[in-house]
Amino acid sequence: MIRTAAAVLRKDLLIEWRTKEAVPAMALFTVTVYVLFHFGLDRDSLDGELASGVLWVTLLLAAVIGVTRLFAAEREQGGLDAFLLAPVDRTAMFVAKAAALFVYLVALEIVAVPAFAVLLLGPDLFDGLPELVLILLLADVGLAAVGALVSALAAESRARELIVPLLLLPLVVPLLIGAASATEPLFRAGGEPEDLGRYLALLGGYDLVFLLIALAVFDFLLDD
Amino acid sequence: MAEPAIALDGLERRYGERVALHGVTVRLEPGATLAVLGANGAGKTTLLRVLATLLRPHAGRAAVFGSLLPGDGWKVRGRVGYLGHDPLLYRALSGRENLAYHARLHGLEPARVEQRLSAVGLARRADDPVRDLSKGMVQRLAVARATLHDPDLLLLDEPRANLDPAAAEALEPLIGRASGRARVLVSHDVDGALAEADLALGLRAGRQAFCAPAGEIDAKTARELYA
Repeated sequence: MIRTAAAVLRKDLLIEWRTKEAVPAMALFTVTVYVLFHFGLDRDSLDGELASGVLWVTLLLAAVIGVTRLFAAEREQGGLDAFLLAPVDRTAMFVAKAAALFVYLVALEIVAVPAFAVLLLGPDLFDGLPELVLILLLADVGLAAVGALVSALAAESRARELIVPLLLLPLVVPLLIGAASATEPLFRAGGEPEDLGRYLALLGGYDLVFLLIALAVFDFLLDD
Repeated sequence: MAEPAIALDGLERRYGERVALHGVTVRLEPGATLAVLGANGAGKTTLLRVLATLLRPHAGRAAVFGSLLPGDGWKVRGRVGYLGHDPLLYRALSGRENLAYHARLHGLEPARVEQRLSAVGLARRADDPVRDLSKGMVQRLAVARATLHDPDLLLLDEPRANLDPAAAEALEPLIGRASGRARVLVSHDVDGALAEADLALGLRAGRQAFCAPAGEIDAKTARELYA
């Protein structure tokens, strides 16, 4: 299964590298939204709850773009049929798609978080950077698991651009609460992480639950 | 005695309320060729997709090499080569990269990729992205993909579409009678299909109009399917 997942992941990353259809769109969207917030809020800098909320809501909305594109090549170019014809464990497709989305999200955040710090964030980003990276990675795992599941569900629908946000965003509310709450103290001047362990446990639990759900049901999603 | 390549008995498949296949009964021996004839929308592609395990049968019995579908579909995958309307190739990848991906899915040695590229005459264009290839070249690459794993059963939907005569002849060892594989051949070339088939199945609006040895079906009867 791992070998098959690695083959699909390698293929997906190669296609994204060549076509640049997902990550650049996600990054451009995120930076544009931060610029809009910068002028729309008419404030030079944000901190605390507002900063954390703006960061996470924007990242989640950008993730919708990646989730919508995740099965695009499979759907439009028959890749899913070719995969289903092969004697492989179908769960490998989920593992590969979730891993690809995780890579896209990390790539997005490498651009988006510094842009957020420059355009909107008041306190110094470097003060809580290790904690922020940990929160981002845990949130990315959960988002990748749910995103791959939702993308597969919506893949065969003509209304997938509508279905993806309608399904994805309510499902990631617990993740948003955990990630924004964990991040908020890091974005306060001189703030210390409060209840960080509790929120990291929440994010970890969310990741585990959705990974297990996805591994259990993904095979059925690909069935006729 | 070897299991039949295909054994269908009263096969039925619906899309919602619409019946796409009804009462299809066929038995095809290993190495033999079945020509599937019928007008557009007669159910030919649906039949191929059911046999490829991409669609579930809704009623009746369908078995490929003795494995009942859909339950034992996992035993069939890897023994079937499917060449449909879509080439099932990624346009941003080269021919070599596409075949290498399929080789990994099927657990094949990388050397098989080079062998197939040469066999379909695309060795020199193997590193070009699929989107830059002509339709005929894409079809040749699709043939290479469908036969990469040496399947025992070929499901071919207009396999010679977009191919010039020389290319069609060059691909005969892979998808023609010379391949020695059981074949289900969908074609609108009635005379050609009957000439290379052992058995002919006529479909009219999803229902079986006839299923008989190809030599017993005259072209006029077959053409009435398209009236």
